[in-house]
Amino acid sequence: MATVSLSGVKKSFGKTDVIHGIDIDIADGEFIVIVGPSGCGKSTLLRMVAGLETVTSGEISIDGRRVNELEPMDRDIAMVFQNYALYPHMSVFDNMAYGLKIAGTPKGEITARVEEAASLLQLGDYLKRRPRELSGGQRQRVAMGRAIVRKPAVFLFDEPLSNLDAKLRVQMRLEIKQLQRRLGVTALYVTHDQVEAMTLADRMVVMNAGVADQIGAPLEVYGNPQTEFVGGFIGSPPMNFLDVSLGHAMPADAIRLGVRPEHMQIADAGAQTRGKVMYAEALGAETLVHIKLPDGSIATVRQDATKPQPDEGTEVGVTWDKADQIAFDAAGKRC
Amino acid sequence: MRSGRIFMEKRVTFKGIWLPLLLVLPQIVITAVFFFYPAGQAIYQSLFIPDPFGLSMQWVGLGNFAFLFSNSYYLASFATTAIFSILVTLVSMGVALYLAVLADRLIKGSGVYRTLLIWPYAVAPAVAGVLWLFMFNTRVGVVTWYLGVLGYDWNHVLNGEEAMGLVVVASAWGRISYNFLFFLAGLQAIPKSVIEAAAIDGARFWTRFRTIVFPMLSPTTFFLLVVNIVYAFFETFGVIHTITSGGPQQSTTILVYKVYADGFVGQDLGSSAAQSVVLLAIVGALTIFQFKFIERRVHY
Repeated sequence: MATVSLSGVKKSFGKTDVIHGIDIDIADGEFIVIVGPSGCGKSTLLRMVAGLETVTSGEISIDGRRVNELEPMDRDIAMVFQNYALYPHMSVFDNMAYGLKIAGTPKGEITARVEEAASLLQLGDYLKRRPRELSGGQRQRVAMGRAIVRKPAVFLFDEPLSNLDAKLRVQMRLEIKQLQRRLGVTALYVTHDQVEAMTLADRMVVMNAGVADQIGAPLEVYGNPQTEFVGGFIGSPPMNFLDVSLGHAMPADAIRLGVRPEHMQIADAGAQTRGKVMYAEALGAETLVHIKLPDGSIATVRQDATKPQPDEGTEVGVTWDKADQIAFDAAGKRC
Repeated sequence: MRSGRIFMEKRVTFKGIWLPLLLVLPQIVITAVFFFYPAGQAIYQSLFIPDPFGLSMQWVGLGNFAFLFSNSYYLASFATTAIFSILVTLVSMGVALYLAVLADRLIKGSGVYRTLLIWPYAVAPAVAGVLWLFMFNTRVGVVTWYLGVLGYDWNHVLNGEEAMGLVVVASAWGRISYNFLFFLAGLQAIPKSVIEAAAIDGARFWTRFRTIVFPMLSPTTFFLLVVNIVYAFFETFGVIHTITSGGPQQSTTILVYKVYADGFVGQDLGSSAAQSVVLLAIVGALTIFQFKFIERRVHY
């Protein structure tokens, strides 16, 4: 258990800068999710914390101790890889015990700790098996078990659920969260899936092209995106971006406005703009209505399935509250 | 279900028997002409003693074999072969693995390094033998001269151990390239994240190599072991023929060389044929042994 802090952390590969300076202080026991599209530098950032990549400039410290120059093994961390990275020639038991054996832990304690982790992860019956004899979800658990038994100060997760099918992913997401809560270990979790980020994070870091666009609690990031990128990336369906002329009383330097689909209503009275219904997706509890506006852009309205659903091709009015609109300037920043 | 159907579609099926037969025919013909026929001839001839002019053959049953196994020179050749093939395999695989591990760590210039290391494989064994013979020639060899400067009198023509060392080095040299390629490919097939996981688990380079890399390389190592032993048994003929001709005092006469020496030089065709049969049996047994007992320890 430890705090982690990054200050001015930058990374370049040759002349290409991939991370342009990240600052964040992570509290003891906090679950931080780093989320962003592929190529935004999120995995590189995690690998720098792990010690698998060198830090070009800036400082990473774990529990107040500078770790830039330390080997991965000396940083008191454990990592779960995207492809699990299990040792294929070892049994589940040996996979989990590997780190402890190298550390010279007494045999009795190794057995006790592996068995404890195995029962926590419901792997008790599989200890003698090889990784290839396990399902994807079980392999995932072994990878987590390997991290748990060493009792590290920090857990690092590099897209651990992206190789699982959708249903298993939801289940494992819950398990990871419960496990982290129970063990109280500080965790850094990298994902490109904004749903994982929203559900797991105490605080999330939204990364875009090597920059942390916003750091904050999930609902705060969702409700108050600081950049156009964050508004578009977090939330499904994403935020609607409309021409500034459609908004209520916009600031002078605004060039675009954003409105969440659930904040838009279809109503003729007091309509901000009008458009043609292209198609409506009924998802059961809610319906997404996609409307083509006169300037060619498309707005998505999310409404309860109980509301009347407009026919395709009809013209409807779209409205929203002034409080729900967010203005962005030419640089994509909130204004 | 779906993947199963795709698999079925991918599998080529033939309606008749003639086309598939025709397609495998070239391989069958080659195997028959160059393996089954000579092997059959050897087994047949090993039961006879022909006269020196090849005009008549006398049936001796297992006489050739009985004579061989009471012949101390032949039994000595077994020991020579064992020492020779173990040394060639160990040297060529050990050096190749070492070079492959170094090349695997290299990021820049690995292409040049790899290309240069492959070159010796293109040199035919007999030519390799001549090259090494020239370097170690007792009168004009450059290595011999430098050894002389250091106070060591190299003479593989008289010293059996030096002769053995020379043929081992010459045989292993070209083989290192071949083994290097396979080891490098094997090393590069190991997922990087597994190595990283081990590094995070606290394993330093040598521990990682011993507990993760080497076990994961075992399919490659096993394959090379089989191939190299077969190489050492048969294909090293050219090297031995050019460098030592089996001498001095038969100290480098491995079984395959003795087949040649007794048959073509000594004109004892019956014994030579019997030796071929014994060699055939040994390599067969060795390969079966390797697949039965060593392969069990291999993790694919």
